[in-house]
Amino acid sequence: MAVNKIKLNDAAAIGARANAADYLVRRHYFRWPEASPWLIAVACYFIFPDRMTFGNQVLVMVIFALSLDLILGYAGIVTLGHAAFFGIGAYVAALLSLRFGWSEPISGIILGGLLAGLVGIVVGWFMLRYRGLTLLMLTIAFAAMLQESGNLRSDITGGYDGLPGLIISPLFDTFGYDLYGHTNYIYVLVVLAIVFYFVRRIVYSPFGQALTGIRENVQRMHAIGSPVHRRLVMVYTISAAIAGVAGALFTQTNAYVTLTVFDFDNSAKVMVMLILGGTGRLYGAFLGAAVYMILEDYFSKLSPTFWQFGIGLLLVLAVLFARRGLLGLVEDAGRYLSKRKKP
Amino acid sequence: MSHFATIAVSILFDGLAYAMFLFITSVGLSVTMGLMGFVNLAHGAFAMCGGFFVVSLTRSLGVPFIPSLIIASVAVGAISVPFERYLYRQLYKSTDLEQVLLTIGLAFMAIATFTYFYGPIPKSVPLPDWLEGDVNLGFRAFPSYRAFLIVIGAALIAALWYAFEKTNIGAKIRAAVDNRRMAESVGINVDRLFTLTFALGSGLAALGGGLAIQLFGLTPSFAVLYLVLFLVVVAVGGLGSLKGTLLAALVIGIIDTGGKYAFPVAGNLFIYAITVIVLLIKPAGFYGRE
Repeated sequence: MAVNKIKLNDAAAIGARANAADYLVRRHYFRWPEASPWLIAVACYFIFPDRMTFGNQVLVMVIFALSLDLILGYAGIVTLGHAAFFGIGAYVAALLSLRFGWSEPISGIILGGLLAGLVGIVVGWFMLRYRGLTLLMLTIAFAAMLQESGNLRSDITGGYDGLPGLIISPLFDTFGYDLYGHTNYIYVLVVLAIVFYFVRRIVYSPFGQALTGIRENVQRMHAIGSPVHRRLVMVYTISAAIAGVAGALFTQTNAYVTLTVFDFDNSAKVMVMLILGGTGRLYGAFLGAAVYMILEDYFSKLSPTFWQFGIGLLLVLAVLFARRGLLGLVEDAGRYLSKRKKP
Repeated sequence: MSHFATIAVSILFDGLAYAMFLFITSVGLSVTMGLMGFVNLAHGAFAMCGGFFVVSLTRSLGVPFIPSLIIASVAVGAISVPFERYLYRQLYKSTDLEQVLLTIGLAFMAIATFTYFYGPIPKSVPLPDWLEGDVNLGFRAFPSYRAFLIVIGAALIAALWYAFEKTNIGAKIRAAVDNRRMAESVGINVDRLFTLTFALGSGLAALGGGLAIQLFGLTPSFAVLYLVLFLVVVAVGGLGSLKGTLLAALVIGIIDTGGKYAFPVAGNLFIYAITVIVLLIKPAGFYGRE
């Protein structure tokens, strides 16, 4: 091994090694700028009390985008079918309430996440042996199959007309839901915080490092004996479960769900959000989902056609000029400014 | 003829017509993906573009249907060249994800542009008299338009097979699909070859789009709605394989037509089921290289 050949009296090498160790230890420390999205989310609760329903939708999409970031941004799995797991979670929550009369919300999201994760294990085990176009097609086809099967049994799922009028019990039997979604906002924000803590732990763990290795150079990971397939299936399962939680929250927020949650558009949308914010950097999901939803809310009211053109243009520009998303641009700007200050 | 045989013949006939549409539209995508490994999700947009050109030519300018098809294909083929030269070219070495994002962005922009000019209502085209009604093949009558589709498809298959297997350019394309670096090192200009095949593929997609108007009606969302279908044909057939694309188009066209006849509520379930089964057994498709 190259490391053993470094002589111990080589001060520069020791220093470099200490720096590297220091970097690895410090990397996952909490940094103050990380507090800003949470402060903004809490501030929104007080500043826009009448826009809480919209805020809820943004937070749900942040969770969904975060689940995609785990597999796309860290493990490099390109999927256009992640709506499948979102949809499973959404329908678990809906059917629990409507067909089984089980309307307690927290167990709803847990069960939604569990079932989505279970499906994720099975599907991931089959699909993740492939990469590139084959994997892309399998993910699209899987989501589309779920949608078509749902339509086949529209007596259960409500088909494209959806399942309206779902009843969601008050949280802990005390905090009821108001018309403006104030309680729900806090509920979703707390779930987001728990999910985020979990994802952050994963990303900075040795397991997360292995995922980055697989994304960067899968041959090398095979060569050093990393169990690539098992790790991919594991992260895919976790991501599917989180997407399921997001889906269940989506149903509980809207008290309504239709088969369109499985749409190709839904899979593409969450990917666009993530790309817009920046992949593989956790907070990209926050920024991307918020910016996308606000732009959509504003422009699609003006003209849906104009909005569609705009989102297409944004994608093209992002690929050509800002491959690391908005957060990448922010980082570049920060680096540029600090360079100018120093000399 | 028994009832069962009548139905079977109908399904086979309609499935064949559907398969020809799938083949014409997807074959360009298969070859360009095989050549460059480029995931082009804007392929459906070129087909949609061709369809609207045919609508404008026939409705506004009074050009007959068949010449409109030819003009639209040539025009879209020409339009696709600058896209390839200036936009796609920058991303040949990039990841799948970046190619997916760029091309889906282009598709969205195309849908919005065409919605702006043509509106979201489905369009139709005036057909010449000989394509309306039925054609009698002796033992029974078939819809003329579908018969016409099958004839065009068969002619194109023959022409493409000849071009691929018997001409110098075809040999170069096959060589480049097999091993791009080797082909370059023996002096084949793969870049120019790719521009050529890209234009040809987009032109064929436009032809497919023009032919599809009568089958499905044409809206701007055609670009994404049928895109998944084209990708399925390409992935199931195997990248860069003419034979594979044809086989995949036939299998999917006929099984889907039969499936929709037997279980109308199942929608596209059969197509996706076939896709998953084939790809799990042969990840590179019927004739793809592993």
